[in-house]
Amino acid sequence: MTEMILHEIAHARSGDKGNRLNVSVIAYRQEDYPLLVEQVTAERVRALFQGRGVGKVRRFELPLLKALNFVVDDALEGGVNGSLNLDGHGKSLSFLVLTLPIRRP
Amino acid sequence: MHIGCGAGFSGDRTDASAPVVEALAASGCPSYLVFETLAERTLALAQLERRRDPSAGFTPYLADFLRPILRRCIESRIRIVANFGAANPMAAGRRALAVAEELGLSGLKVAVVEGDDLLDAHGIEAVRRWPNDEDAELAGRDVIAANAYLGALPIATALGQGADIVITGRCTDSALALGPLMHEFGWAPPEWNRLAAGTLAGHLIECSGQITGGYFADPGKKDVVDLDRLGFPIVEATRDGEIVVTKPPGTGGLVSEATLTEQILYKLHDPAAYLTPDVTMDITGVRLRMEASDRVHVEGVQGRPPPPTYKVTVSLDGGYLAEGEISYAGPNALARAELAADVLVKRVKGLGINRPVRCDIIGAVSVFDDDRGLRRRGGSFAPGGDYRVRLSGSSDDRVTAERIAREVVALYPTGPAGGAGVRTAVTGRVRTVSSYVPAELVRPRVSILGAAGRGA
Repeated sequence: MTEMILHEIAHARSGDKGNRLNVSVIAYRQEDYPLLVEQVTAERVRALFQGRGVGKVRRFELPLLKALNFVVDDALEGGVNGSLNLDGHGKSLSFLVLTLPIRRP
Repeated sequence: MHIGCGAGFSGDRTDASAPVVEALAASGCPSYLVFETLAERTLALAQLERRRDPSAGFTPYLADFLRPILRRCIESRIRIVANFGAANPMAAGRRALAVAEELGLSGLKVAVVEGDDLLDAHGIEAVRRWPNDEDAELAGRDVIAANAYLGALPIATALGQGADIVITGRCTDSALALGPLMHEFGWAPPEWNRLAAGTLAGHLIECSGQITGGYFADPGKKDVVDLDRLGFPIVEATRDGEIVVTKPPGTGGLVSEATLTEQILYKLHDPAAYLTPDVTMDITGVRLRMEASDRVHVEGVQGRPPPPTYKVTVSLDGGYLAEGEISYAGPNALARAELAADVLVKRVKGLGINRPVRCDIIGAVSVFDDDRGLRRRGGSFAPGGDYRVRLSGSSDDRVTAERIAREVVALYPTGPAGGAGVRTAVTGRVRTVSSYVPAELVRPRVSILGAAGRGA
């Protein structure tokens, strides 16, 4: 069993629309995609944003692109037009998702 | 045919389009250059400018974007499509003609696409009555702007009328590329898969350098060469809807399966249903294949009919954001920063302001934190170091916002030891909500300016 953070095996990008955030998580290697599907769950992503009072978290699987797409409602505490956060767009938050611990059997 | 991107947002580099234009000119294919400079809230700010000055309200950098490449584009028959119009497409069209004349280029045809401005078309009472996604009550509120995201058809129409330059206001970002493809290849409903391919082509290049290594580089993990002279993207499309993404030779950056995947999913929600007025795009079947260095082939995008509604961004006055920052460094800096944050929160509450205020300690945790600072409270950080306290708050009026920001300035003589480098800012804000209106309420129109020296 190897422990690592998600950043070791995947890259990610954030985008905002109003108060809704999407984060894509993309495996560098096809053989790591099943680890993403198994361990990078909507529940774990939701827990990362818990302090922000997030709403629904949806996860979409894109096996041909070896990617997951997360859509997180109410993640931006008002979004770019209302947030008090320095990063009202949530552009940095892809790297928060990349801090998730991952175990490789 | 080839479509190059000249800019992906209003503050984009103005020197990146020249290598794109050279590559387009050398291709020998029908070529277009597109500029996307209209973020969600940019239009509301432009509308406020237009209220002050009826000849203003379009992108302030229009001339900076056009001057470096316009002559070469006209000489090489590269046509330009740009959403420079913002709140005043007609004024932007006139400005584009004036720039051409300054460069000694006469006889240009500039097409202006209007009809996105629904506040102008239907009036404030109608806009207030439309349901919105946040269930915001708009009765009695000042509506600054209400603009529909137009599709690609008016752009294709304008090109069909022989325009050298097409200027739009609000339209979908992808329409800037789909319009030329519809014009050049005759794509039209019900060729949904082709319209989806054109939409994807536009979506891929709409954020300029974000598909060529920008917003991507992560040293040691995702290395990108010469980010300082990043090449902007070019998409090559065939009549059958095949797409290749590349960038100009000799420029910095990277085009790879990884850069494309990040950009395909950028701001995309349900991958099976990306909604535009032209087509509903489904990218779940998309496959990417590296053809050569900095060349990626895209296939498998599918389309379905579009929704019967247009998305409308409604902009309202959003009050003011107050911000102030102060630094503490060296031994015990974290404790001094925490003390400063505590003082600031007490002082703002003492002003009788009942809105949330937020304090971050930059260097400990800031952008990852929430408004209550739970990550900072639960975290553990070095007691000495180089920390910067950031206070932010909001107000409906500017005077109160300035009062909040001044509390940070006042820390110089009244706060913890060694407080340094205060900066404050008060910024006007715009609040936006989205409405979805029946398509028949949106009537795009195309006007042609110029063409003095040529037949129409």
